[in-house]
Amino acid sequence: MLSDGGAIFIFLVGALVFAAGGIITSFLVHPRRSTQVKLDTYECGPRTIGPTWVQFRVQYFLYALIFLIFDVETIYLYPWAVKFQALGLFAFVEMIIFILILVVGLWYAWKEGALRWM
Amino acid sequence: MVENIFVGFAEWLRSLLAAAGLPALFGDIVLMIVKVAGILAFIAISVLWIVYMERKMAAYFQARIGPNRVGPRGLLQTAADMGKLISKEIIIPRAADKIVFLLMPVLIFVPSLLLFAVVPFGKNMIAVDLNVGVFYFFAVASVSTIIFWAGGWASANKYALIGAMRAVAQMISYEVPMVLAILGVIMIVGSMKMSDIINAQQNVWFIFTQPVAFIIYVIAATAETNRTPFDLLEGESEIIAGPFIEYGGMGFAMWFLAEYANLILVSVLATTLFLGGWLAPFGLTFIPSWVWFLLKIYFMIWVFMWFRWTYPRIRVDQLMNFGWKVLVPLSLANIFVTGIGMFIYRAIGW
Repeated sequence: MLSDGGAIFIFLVGALVFAAGGIITSFLVHPRRSTQVKLDTYECGPRTIGPTWVQFRVQYFLYALIFLIFDVETIYLYPWAVKFQALGLFAFVEMIIFILILVVGLWYAWKEGALRWM
Repeated sequence: MVENIFVGFAEWLRSLLAAAGLPALFGDIVLMIVKVAGILAFIAISVLWIVYMERKMAAYFQARIGPNRVGPRGLLQTAADMGKLISKEIIIPRAADKIVFLLMPVLIFVPSLLLFAVVPFGKNMIAVDLNVGVFYFFAVASVSTIIFWAGGWASANKYALIGAMRAVAQMISYEVPMVLAILGVIMIVGSMKMSDIINAQQNVWFIFTQPVAFIIYVIAATAETNRTPFDLLEGESEIIAGPFIEYGGMGFAMWFLAEYANLILVSVLATTLFLGGWLAPFGLTFIPSWVWFLLKIYFMIWVFMWFRWTYPRIRVDQLMNFGWKVLVPLSLANIFVTGIGMFIYRAIGW
């Protein structure tokens, strides 16, 4: 019997073969007339000024941090949701308290302006 | 007869391999490869058709004619485009990180195909019925965020970097309400298996019991697939296609293919979770289940296209505020209301 993991692995290999096959086919048939101008970074005509890989604004990082908190929360929420009907009221109240703690965190981030796009 | 055409084919192939005296594991592997090939064919044909459909619909929305030159009514237009893209030169910019730049168009397609493994195309027509189906769906879908970012970063282009950063911010922000909204459905079903979720909708579709979750899901899915009004990372008029800016030819074609494959996938999940999957409405069971499934996903795709040509693009601050200050609290409230509602439902004992 093929296990679920093995089946997913066949899908992974299939996807890699398909996508790489497309690129390789293109490499076999595409014309090669490379000039120096073609290799320039595209910026609507003018030369690009300064380095591209610079420090980016911190705002994105703050969103990523809040996302991380909520994404970890999801890992706990899904098993609870599956067993929700069997666990009864106690687990429901417990999970409400758990969510409330996170809501307080969201409220704090909101109050401190982490969710304000500047 | 028509209902079981694909299931029957799989059974026939399995018995054929068993009759040839091959071990069961080998038969399973061959069958799975056939399924992968079938799904790849489905994706390729669907994407070619959906791109044509999108262009034609855009044309009609804007009182134009749209593609009508290649083939009857322009039907072969996208196939011709594909041939053109394959034969184009692949240009790797001098400044780009060459390995990552070439690797990302290959990798972007991987999550899309992996997700098709759990798509219930019809009755007993699910390639791998994982017991964590929905969770697997979100876990794999979120990988594409990193690939978007890496592709944009490796291009070493300022527009691409801005687009990539926006892609990360937008996709992670809208993943939270999406995942939390689905939780209401999981609470009712008590299982994350795709087939269980569909079977639980025999009596009533979850769009009627979880309307708020459905609305949150559709909005977040539009943002996850980067379609208008949330197409900030592509924004043709400001950052010229964002992360894909330096990609041409087949590299661009792979990004495009993955984008439209993701559009099919979010429609599939909307259908499975809220519109009853392959279940036939009003007892119209003489139409095969997989035809119903295709009709429903094409309805959802049509809705997403309708959004695209109806709403203007929103600003970045509006996007983030709407995600975090409206959708996240709303989806948390939905979990709470669903829980309370289920206790009341059980107390009344309907």
